[in-house]
Amino acid sequence: MDYLKSASPTNVIRGFSGGDRSGRRPSSKQAPPGRRGSPPGQLDRARGSQRPGSPRRKQTERQTERRSRGGELVRGQERSATDRTCEGKRKRDARASLREQRAPQKKEKELLKKEEPRTRPKKPRSSSLASSVSGRESLSEEELARILEQVEEKKKLIATMRSKPWPMAKKLAELREAQAFVEEYEGALGKGKGKQLYAYRMLMAKKWVKFKRDFVNFKTQCIPWEMKIKGIESHFGSSVASYFIFLRWMYGVNLVLFGLIFGLVIIPEVLMGVPYGSIPRKTVPRAEQEKAMDFSVLWDFEGYIKYSALFYGYYNNQRTIGWLRYRLPMAYFMVGISVFGYSLVIVIRSMANNTQGSTSDGESDNFTFSFKMFTSWDYLIGNSETADSKYAAITTSFKESIVDEQESNKEENVHLTRFLRVVANFLIICCLCGSGYLIYFVVKRSQEFSKKQNVSWYERNEVEIVMSLLGMFCPPLFETIAALEKYHPRVGLKWQLGRIFALFLGNLYTFLLALMDDVHLKLSKEEKIKNITHWTLFNYYNSSGWNESVPRPPLHPADVPRGSCWETAVGIEFMRLTVSDMLVTYITILLGDFLRACFVRFMNYCWCWDLEAGFPSYAEFDISGNVLGLIFNQGMIWMGSFYAPGLVGINVLRLLTSMYFQCWAVMSSNVPHERVFKASRSNSFYMGLLLLVLFLSLLPVAYTIMSLPPSFDCGPFSGKYRMYDVLQETIENDFPTFLGKIFAFLANPGLIIPAILLMFLAIYYLNSVSKSLSRANAQLKKKIQALREDEKSHKSVKGKATASDSGDIPKSSSKNATQLQLPKEETTPHSASQSQIPDKKAQGSGTVLPASQHLTVSQPPGVRPGSSHPRSQTRACRSASGRKAQKPPC
Amino acid sequence: MGSKQTVFTHEQLEAYQDCTFFTRKEIMRVFYRYQDLAPQLVPLDYTSRPDVRVPYELIGSMPELKDNPFRQRIAQVFSEDGDGHMTLDNFLDMFSVMSEMAPRDLKAYYAFKIYDFNEDDYICAWDLGQTVTRLTRGELSAEEVALVCDKVLDEADSDQDGRLSLEDFQNMILRAPDFLSTFHIRI
Repeated sequence: MDYLKSASPTNVIRGFSGGDRSGRRPSSKQAPPGRRGSPPGQLDRARGSQRPGSPRRKQTERQTERRSRGGELVRGQERSATDRTCEGKRKRDARASLREQRAPQKKEKELLKKEEPRTRPKKPRSSSLASSVSGRESLSEEELARILEQVEEKKKLIATMRSKPWPMAKKLAELREAQAFVEEYEGALGKGKGKQLYAYRMLMAKKWVKFKRDFVNFKTQCIPWEMKIKGIESHFGSSVASYFIFLRWMYGVNLVLFGLIFGLVIIPEVLMGVPYGSIPRKTVPRAEQEKAMDFSVLWDFEGYIKYSALFYGYYNNQRTIGWLRYRLPMAYFMVGISVFGYSLVIVIRSMANNTQGSTSDGESDNFTFSFKMFTSWDYLIGNSETADSKYAAITTSFKESIVDEQESNKEENVHLTRFLRVVANFLIICCLCGSGYLIYFVVKRSQEFSKKQNVSWYERNEVEIVMSLLGMFCPPLFETIAALEKYHPRVGLKWQLGRIFALFLGNLYTFLLALMDDVHLKLSKEEKIKNITHWTLFNYYNSSGWNESVPRPPLHPADVPRGSCWETAVGIEFMRLTVSDMLVTYITILLGDFLRACFVRFMNYCWCWDLEAGFPSYAEFDISGNVLGLIFNQGMIWMGSFYAPGLVGINVLRLLTSMYFQCWAVMSSNVPHERVFKASRSNSFYMGLLLLVLFLSLLPVAYTIMSLPPSFDCGPFSGKYRMYDVLQETIENDFPTFLGKIFAFLANPGLIIPAILLMFLAIYYLNSVSKSLSRANAQLKKKIQALREDEKSHKSVKGKATASDSGDIPKSSSKNATQLQLPKEETTPHSASQSQIPDKKAQGSGTVLPASQHLTVSQPPGVRPGSSHPRSQTRACRSASGRKAQKPPC
Repeated sequence: MGSKQTVFTHEQLEAYQDCTFFTRKEIMRVFYRYQDLAPQLVPLDYTSRPDVRVPYELIGSMPELKDNPFRQRIAQVFSEDGDGHMTLDNFLDMFSVMSEMAPRDLKAYYAFKIYDFNEDDYICAWDLGQTVTRLTRGELSAEEVALVCDKVLDEADSDQDGRLSLEDFQNMILRAPDFLSTFHIRI
């Protein structure tokens, strides 16, 4: 309100007079126009607010004025009715706050005084200010609707206030005004009992908004490492920061998975399951017992760690445990599935979020230079080094584009390039095959080693070492080879990413295949061990030489011979791989980045060449490698978490440490990229890779669950034919029989195959629908574009025609156009006059002088002033046919 | 957060939250950044709305802005009378528009104003030349700059009047894949 007061004191006076007038004529014809006058103004305002610019500012001011007059009018009426004309505008502020309390009394007075003689059929029901505001008339439906509309509009304004291109002072004032309006008129809406409900609903809505805001405030406070990432962002640009944001996201996902596994599997087993040492699967075998606590053994996840709740083998196959009768095998199975389910859902959801935000990029080719000019500077950069490299990058990219533009079809020695590319691809395929074979060989060899008794440290860890070394040395090798190909850097980066991805994937799958061989080997031996176990127990209990009357104490669990438990073995492999991967990453960072940085920094004083600018220099942060490493690590976690429930806990620790460690490393010892590439859409690219890896890691797990028999003496599914039998068992025993029948019916292939068919049909249908929609979309876009261009050329023709007709072209403006430099004193009147154009057009009056002014500025440089009179008409005609045609005259 | 009650009233904070894309905590952070720029100038009590302006020299030396080739334009666009001296409201405005949450249209509008060097509501060839020169630190020759400007006009100027109107600019920037991620300052 004080905005109104300060902005237009004259309005207030006018408002008073209006109020007096209406007071003299209590026939209440005045009130509706007063209010009726405002909706168009409001509409104008809403329309105007979407169209930013200086013309609008004036418009809105005028509207404010108009509306305030309306408001004053209404208020004036009220005042006259209660005979309080002497109240100055100073008091109005205070009144606004008091209005709530005073309104009922006033209303009653009014009712008594004015309503009686008129003998209205209906008594006015609303007890708020609005009834008094509308004078002696009750609110008709129409007016109510109008007020409601206005209030809704105001609310919308409040909600979208932050995205209005106004200065803050204006926003604040508008906000205050809108809020006051809503406050004032909200009560008028609704009638009778409905009114209270309405008021209550409004109150609740306000509370809800407040709560939501507080919740958002709280939520943003809960996001960790915000400042760290911001620091990195300002130093290295958004691409490096995107890795850390991805890492943080990954940490969140893993935290959820960890909560799931820890809360539903590990904790119940530890609390309610049979304690350690009571049954064979929970006991370290006698042969291993002396060394079970040695660090070297523990480090390999053998000994006590192997027989702990971290691994599959520890879990018992009891159907229910503890006094809760918790169905642990069932829970284990369901958690294993829901880990994948949750990951799939969250990855797909964030992918969908990413794609929703992005616009179509089909037309980006049309705007190469514009995009370079207006979007190439990364406003996040807050570091002079990064800024330097960004300047350099932009300059090169401009130069590149210029060269491309100038000689776009000049190709130098295609044959040589092609030959080199073929060679490079050949080399890289050789590398990939070689690394795959190497891993296969090493895994096979490790199986040999595992049969031997005392193996050295290297022999035990050969697989992990080789895989880590391959991961370390192959990407730089690929980069070296890729230098042969002479691709454009962006294309080159894609190739590089694809190759590293193939390398990692190949390595992972070779590893898996070799592991699978091992599993099959173990499975084939299992039958024999099972017999041995039976025999041992049988002999133990039936052997002679024991007092028959006293039952024999059961065999000590450590002495029972047992199978190899392939599930735990697989879990241990993944655990080791994860830990060694983590260590290798950290060591690489320490040696490759930190030591190198120290060396360069301190040896630079006493070296014969400039180390910082010359050969070793500082390391750059390797985004692609790090992202791919993170993604594959997550793949291993997904694969291994079914066999090693503790793996996710380890991973959470790993991500946590690497967040801090890498943040520190990148800030202390890395330099910004020379070739700064953009982070746009890289996030959805990461997500796509992640989804692929998730799918690929789902396959082996699903295979083992569906088609391998579980070990007979370890794990929650021991004794069953397949792991998923636990589902059937639960359905049969714990659900009512009819449910069991339904499930059996659902599992019928006769039903599943049609369901799959139906899904395919649905996919096909939706796909075709989306295709046709996008086609329609494209067509509409084209149509809109054509329409607008048509309109514009039409307008410019008309404008120029009028300009040349009017004849008095100010020379200064065309001169300005030729000089291309407008001094400020001259531009301000121009802009002011231009700002009125839309207004005038809207009012229907011709665009005479201002239009001519601003349109002559638009003449191409080089037009001689003065001679424009005869020529301008022809130019106007030509301008319709495009800018190219416009050039020749100059 | 005991200090925030002394800086702003509750209503002020609510109003600022309605008018910017910031949460309460972020508003306080922005305020402290502002206050840090000129501790002797900016009071720690804003409940009575003191009329304080921090000069452009201090605004432009913020780490977020000091390497930006358009920092002067940004400050001019967001300051009240175009001289680059900013009140707290202007300052909040600036970072609200530059925040991640701001919609594309709003950003496009202010980007247009920033690139419109001579403030005639059109981006003309001279403005484009300025932009290129600043982006490349003047390392392109005059012909190259002219060529680039020509190409930009050729691409984005849909009504062929030799300069970019706000509409042209929005139309072009709407399709830019990187605009939202690059036109963005974190504070």
